[in-house]
Amino acid sequence: MSTVATSQIKLTPEHARPRASVRSRLQDALPKIVLAPSFAITIVFVYGFILWTIYLSFTNSKTFPSYVITGSRAYQRLWGWTFDTDPPSSWYTSITNMGIFGFLYILICLALGLFLAILLDQKIRGEGMLRPIYLYPMALSFIVTGVAWKWFLDPGLGLEQTLHQWGWTSFHFDWIKNKDFVIYTVVIAGVWQASGFIMAMFLAGLRGIDGEIMKAAQIDGATTFQLYRRIVIPLLRPIFLSAFIVLAHLAIKSYDLVVALTSGGPGGSAWLPSNFMYEYTFKRNEMAVGSASAVIMLMTIVAIIVPYLYSELREKPR
Amino acid sequence: MSAVTTPARQASGGVNVKTVNRIVIYGLLALFAVFYLMPLFVMLVTSFKTMDEIQNGNMLALPRAPTFDPWLKAWGETCVGLTCAGIKGYFWNSIKMVVPAVLISTMLGALNGYVLTKWRFRGATLVFGLMLFACFIPFQSVLLPMATILGSVGRFGVTLQNSIGTSFGLGNSTVNLVFVHVVYGIGFTTLFFRNYYEAFPTELVKAAQVDGASFFQIFRRIMLPNSMPIFVVTVIYQFTNIWNDFLFASAYAGTGDAMPMTVALNNVVNTSTGVVEYNVNMAAAMIAALPTLLVYVLAGRYFVRGLMAGAVKG
Repeated sequence: MSTVATSQIKLTPEHARPRASVRSRLQDALPKIVLAPSFAITIVFVYGFILWTIYLSFTNSKTFPSYVITGSRAYQRLWGWTFDTDPPSSWYTSITNMGIFGFLYILICLALGLFLAILLDQKIRGEGMLRPIYLYPMALSFIVTGVAWKWFLDPGLGLEQTLHQWGWTSFHFDWIKNKDFVIYTVVIAGVWQASGFIMAMFLAGLRGIDGEIMKAAQIDGATTFQLYRRIVIPLLRPIFLSAFIVLAHLAIKSYDLVVALTSGGPGGSAWLPSNFMYEYTFKRNEMAVGSASAVIMLMTIVAIIVPYLYSELREKPR
Repeated sequence: MSAVTTPARQASGGVNVKTVNRIVIYGLLALFAVFYLMPLFVMLVTSFKTMDEIQNGNMLALPRAPTFDPWLKAWGETCVGLTCAGIKGYFWNSIKMVVPAVLISTMLGALNGYVLTKWRFRGATLVFGLMLFACFIPFQSVLLPMATILGSVGRFGVTLQNSIGTSFGLGNSTVNLVFVHVVYGIGFTTLFFRNYYEAFPTELVKAAQVDGASFFQIFRRIMLPNSMPIFVVTVIYQFTNIWNDFLFASAYAGTGDAMPMTVALNNVVNTSTGVVEYNVNMAAAMIAALPTLLVYVLAGRYFVRGLMAGAVKG
């Protein structure tokens, strides 16, 4: 009753208030009581746990958590490994892979998504059939995607073998077994999975553009290319931003795909920071280092998401 | 642009250019359709081939003598780790985990969305912001504390089991996963319902209040009957996400009988003992993919809407 009905309450005389029974006060508090468990869960299991992880990263926890603060040794080790390039440390490999994967994945998904959306927006017959075909990979688990592409890219079984049979015997494609190129196969599978969704986002954006603007530009003699470059793409700016946030978020969280597609790659060469965290925490008994890497992942997301959420929630004060 | 063709262009042989353009556009679209369909196609045909045909034949060829055996073997016989009883048990594990997790998180989301839009209070935006941000955290940053807590709860469950004969499900991996998915899913479900109810006319709620309807009466009689579309969207979104989850599943039920489908599939495919049966692997992958694919085929429109709602806030 708190906010919605204030105007009605004004009509009731002042002396009515002290007589508010326990029951009606309960009614007033009910919305907050209903919301409270969810909020409490979020505070404890999200924010509390984040603080816990941060705390652990400053201890010397190995196999079991230890709660004696021993300083920033875990971060110092990560920092040291950042420059360990010969032979590359697991951390160096992970963050380099993150850079390569994140950059290419986001860029290609955006470019391909926009391209397909523009093509589909040309009054295509059969659009209703094509759209679901482009989009269905998003419904699959990363594990399934990984299994499918692992098979497809396997030099002995997949694409290479097929092209050999068709007579192109010099064709060679073994990226998935090559420690320097394995991360690019993760890019291929990742783009395959997400680009259709980005297409759908751009398509929705294109459909929202006022047709009058396009007509006016065409009457002024703009070519199709100019039309898109000067008018349509700038109008899609908010979609670019949303798509970027979605992709950046998916990229940093990617874990399953690397596991299923490459099992970590030869010698861990396909690791992303998420794989690094999992391995160090649960398999190599370096809990403090694992926690420190998780904190770094979180900070990266915070740097991207918080300004975005802040502007989204603030723009429309209600 | 095809929508409007200026007379000038048509006059100068534009029709020809236009035809060529259309051919190029359709060609490109078809090419990309092949790109997206290829892995699924290969997975499907391979799952119907014999091992002999796989080793000697072409990946893209249709099966010469289609056999359903790989599917049967994947379902009932293939080895997951050391147990060789197929993936059927793990499939049911996933169902047992997904159904309660989706229902609970969706109901909570609906209630939260209702409170956050129709019973606004000071600080509601902050509460929502905090819940919303929780959707975006990398789960690695909560993985370890949750494992510790679940471990303690499990030990407590064992104590209960020994002293009073029942553990009330404490320490059961499926229960744990349901809990984890509810905890990290309510951010999304709340977001969906909040955005939906935001557009729902507040006048109706006010009118009902004046008539003396209570908080829950309004929710049940006015909000719920008008929430069907967002329920479908939320259920599909949660179902897909939880079914496809691998990180939580492998961290909290990575071994043992409660393993969900995704973990079991990964184990089947990465087993290094004996001959690798690719057809069985592909059949297992298809079985793991079928529920979400089915949902996508049956309710694709809602699926897309859910993804969009998760992507475009506001």
